Amino acid sequence: MSDALVQARGLRKSFGEVEAVRGIDVDVARGEVFGFLGPNGAGKSSTMRMIACVSPRSGGTLSVLGMDPGPDGPRIRARIGVVPQLDNLDAELSVRENLEIYGRYFGLPRRHVRAKADELLEFARLTERAGDRVEELSGGMKRRLTIARSLVNDPELLLLDEPTTGLDPQARHLLWDRLYRLKREGVTQIVTTHYMDEAEQLCDRLVVMDGGVVAAEGSPAELIGRYSTREVLELRFLPERRPSAGELGRHADRVEELPDRFLLYTADGERTLGDVAAAGFVPLSSLVRRSSLEDVFLRLTGRTLVD
Amino acid sequence: MSVPTRAVAPPAPTIWRLLPAGSYAGRARMMMLRSLTASRHTWLAFVSGFFEPVFYLLAMGTGLGSLVGDLPGPDGQPISYAAFIAPGLLAASAMNGAVFDSTYNVFFKLHYARLYDSMLATPLGPVDVALGEIGWALLRGGLYSAAFLSVMAGFGLIDSPWALLALPAALVIAFAFAAIGMAATSFMRSWQDFDLVTLAVLPMFLFATTFYPLSVYPRWLQLVVECLPLYHAVELMRRLTTGAVGLGLLPHLAYFVVMIAVGVAVAARRLGTLLLR
Repeated sequence: MSDALVQARGLRKSFGEVEAVRGIDVDVARGEVFGFLGPNGAGKSSTMRMIACVSPRSGGTLSVLGMDPGPDGPRIRARIGVVPQLDNLDAELSVRENLEIYGRYFGLPRRHVRAKADELLEFARLTERAGDRVEELSGGMKRRLTIARSLVNDPELLLLDEPTTGLDPQARHLLWDRLYRLKREGVTQIVTTHYMDEAEQLCDRLVVMDGGVVAAEGSPAELIGRYSTREVLELRFLPERRPSAGELGRHADRVEELPDRFLLYTADGERTLGDVAAAGFVPLSSLVRRSSLEDVFLRLTGRTLVD
Repeated sequence: MSVPTRAVAPPAPTIWRLLPAGSYAGRARMMMLRSLTASRHTWLAFVSGFFEPVFYLLAMGTGLGSLVGDLPGPDGQPISYAAFIAPGLLAASAMNGAVFDSTYNVFFKLHYARLYDSMLATPLGPVDVALGEIGWALLRGGLYSAAFLSVMAGFGLIDSPWALLALPAALVIAFAFAAIGMAATSFMRSWQDFDLVTLAVLPMFLFATTFYPLSVYPRWLQLVVECLPLYHAVELMRRLTTGAVGLGLLPHLAYFVVMIAVGVAVAARRLGTLLLR
């Protein structure tokens, strides 16, 4: 187990009859950004809560920072940072007080948290808003404050549950930049997301979860290489001129039929487009793009990720 | 083999080893610090809590009291109506403050603000949360009680130096009601359930000898009233402020010790199951 910050074997979680996590194996190494990718209900958040030591496991083994979350919960929590899926900032406190008081929960001295709050306000670009009440902040600011708050104890491991859900593109990019900085500073991160682009941006390695089990594991590039082709040709047709998947399949390695379009998996999208046109199929529109984790997910589960 | 870093979570004091592992980090005072910081933003609500018993004292004690005249005190000596109800109001305000803090406020933080979730992501455990919230309710209730006692002294309603003990007594009473209130809140599912709180607290306030002596009831009703916690609180207070002190205080005190023990144990356990799913 050497350098694994988190190690799970056959980890399970059930709520009564419902099995949210059905036996997963995970290793997260020090310094890496590790992702759990999957649709809502895949078991990502349940797994995160078990790692965060706020949810007892139903079966299997789990070690976090070399300790068992059961008996050692408080000692583990002292050394990790948690960014929950829904912001739970303290609405009765100011922006700065949110950071300082949270630091005191970790037993940090007043002088230390005061200096730390200055630093984190800077990091989250909220220095000018330090005295404001939390409700006055925008969604992106609240998210940044939540992340800043999770860093108040200089955690070795940061758990981020859907960090950018509900944010506009600009706010997301700013957040990704902050997380990248943390990575360079050596903070190990575990991220759950149902956004493909986020997983590709942030994660060194990830597992694709579906229905409480791990469907695949690897780096984004590895997963794309293993489960998809280099390029994807997306074709839309008028309903009355729509060919069958079989007819298009002759021209590509694989075809996925979605309600509104076909996805043709191929090494060279432009050439495939030419072949399809030469065979007499005239699409309404066409798009050639690189394969993404979305395609990996589609291949693994037969479903699109965000519906 | 290197010595593992023990980070910032201190070992729990011995007595708390009886509780589930990790449920107490010994940092309940940080929760109180949080409440104190928050109250600076809502000082008006904080200050207003002082006036309620004072208004009752003015309206009933001086207004109604001028019609009622004197009543027999706990030791049989006649005392003015204001001096009779003032300790009752002190007890009732300790109850009301503690119940409000531990029911409405806790329910909101538990289910809407998700405040406790964020705390349990730190080394704090459910016992820190329960004790911290109860501790804050006590601190606040203690300040109100001290202020009310000064008002009583100002109106000349205190007959005995034993009245100084009314302040710690108010804390014990508030602790007991806060503990039970918090335990009850952990079972509540919606705001409708709080009608039950009103249903329990308001009749107690009116009928548990706050405003008139137990002797007005027939014996069977006296037995019912003697089971109510506010009755014991009022008795305790009235004996202290009139100086009718004796071993007779102890059963009343014991009543609250049991309430505290049961309330804290149930509240901590229930918070654990609610938050650590």
